[in-house]
Amino acid sequence: MVDVSQLSPKPDVRIVLKLEGVNPGGSVKDRIALSLIEDAERRGVLQPGATLIEPTSGNTGIGLALVCSVKGYHLKVVLPENVSIERRQLLAIFGAEIITSPGSQGSNGAVRMAERIAAEHPDWVFLFQYGNEANPRAHREHTGPEIWRDCPEVTHFVAGLGTSGTLLGVGSFLKEQNPAIEVWAVEPPAGEMVDGLRNLEDGFIPPIFETGHGAELLNRKTVIRPRDSIDWVRKLAAIGLFVGLSTGAAMAGAARCANEIDAGVIVVVSPDGGWKYLSSGAWTGSIDDAVGGAEGTIYF
Amino acid sequence: MSVELRLPTLLRPAADGQASVALEGATVGEILSQLVTSYPGLSDQVLTGDGSLHRFVNVYVNDDDVRYLDNLDTAVTSSDVISILPAVAGGATA
Repeated sequence: MVDVSQLSPKPDVRIVLKLEGVNPGGSVKDRIALSLIEDAERRGVLQPGATLIEPTSGNTGIGLALVCSVKGYHLKVVLPENVSIERRQLLAIFGAEIITSPGSQGSNGAVRMAERIAAEHPDWVFLFQYGNEANPRAHREHTGPEIWRDCPEVTHFVAGLGTSGTLLGVGSFLKEQNPAIEVWAVEPPAGEMVDGLRNLEDGFIPPIFETGHGAELLNRKTVIRPRDSIDWVRKLAAIGLFVGLSTGAAMAGAARCANEIDAGVIVVVSPDGGWKYLSSGAWTGSIDDAVGGAEGTIYF
Repeated sequence: MSVELRLPTLLRPAADGQASVALEGATVGEILSQLVTSYPGLSDQVLTGDGSLHRFVNVYVNDDDVRYLDNLDTAVTSSDVISILPAVAGGATA
């Protein structure tokens, strides 16, 4: 964890960043990749040489591909076409087969397609990170205790909202240690995905969010736009931290939190490093061009 | 006071095709109440029978989800923008 309080908008609000990009596959999702697979092995649903299918915008797929390549499983990922090229490349490098879903339908579309394909191939294993308790469990058992060990003075926890696993797992653990800790969720703008919905019943709330009582756990849910995300990754690069776009978003959320309190210690999860986002132009060239690119890309 | 409310594509047909409407109210609840009064076709899409938000509907005041502010009692001013958005899956978080 790195103290980045020099970037805090308030002198009495510390901000500490947990750098998950140092994980073996390059992101926080390595934790749940291992947890999902080991849980499936313990439950006897994964046989040697099994095929797995999973909807993912990239990092979970990369983590799963890494674990599968070590353990001898075959992985098919359903991936929206508008994820960054680096994510697609890493998936292929680690041996995953990519099935592309429409970019306009975002992660919703990838989930629906994966569910459809899994139903057609009952012998394939569908671990479904959005509905699998091994996802938040990895964070409750590891990420949360690490934060508490390293920063027991934490007052606020900020993380991106995707499957909700990090927020639920870390958030529930931290609140058990200190009920006064606030949990803030940062999310990207809904964008095109919203326009692609035909009716509200096509909407989607991750099952783990409901079983984990996410609506009661969270203290705030706030949208951070690409421009702020890019602004923040540049600020972080200027102090020697090369982090991904969703880290920029989480830091923008931390700054929003800092602006509302007088004092505190905000712990922020940095899901990955900047490597997979170099093609976005987030650090080079004009911010307007980078924003335009980010608006069409999934980086959460 | 008059507050701008933005509608997602799938709700616009029931609001005469408008992407945003100006409504009167001091809280999110008052604004939504006026919305469904003005456009009755939206009533059971946005709110449930007991007047609470449909589970697949998120309402934001500027960039904050009102479920984590004061819900329908969240105060609004004329400079705020209210957005109704369907719940969507976030990307596998980074």
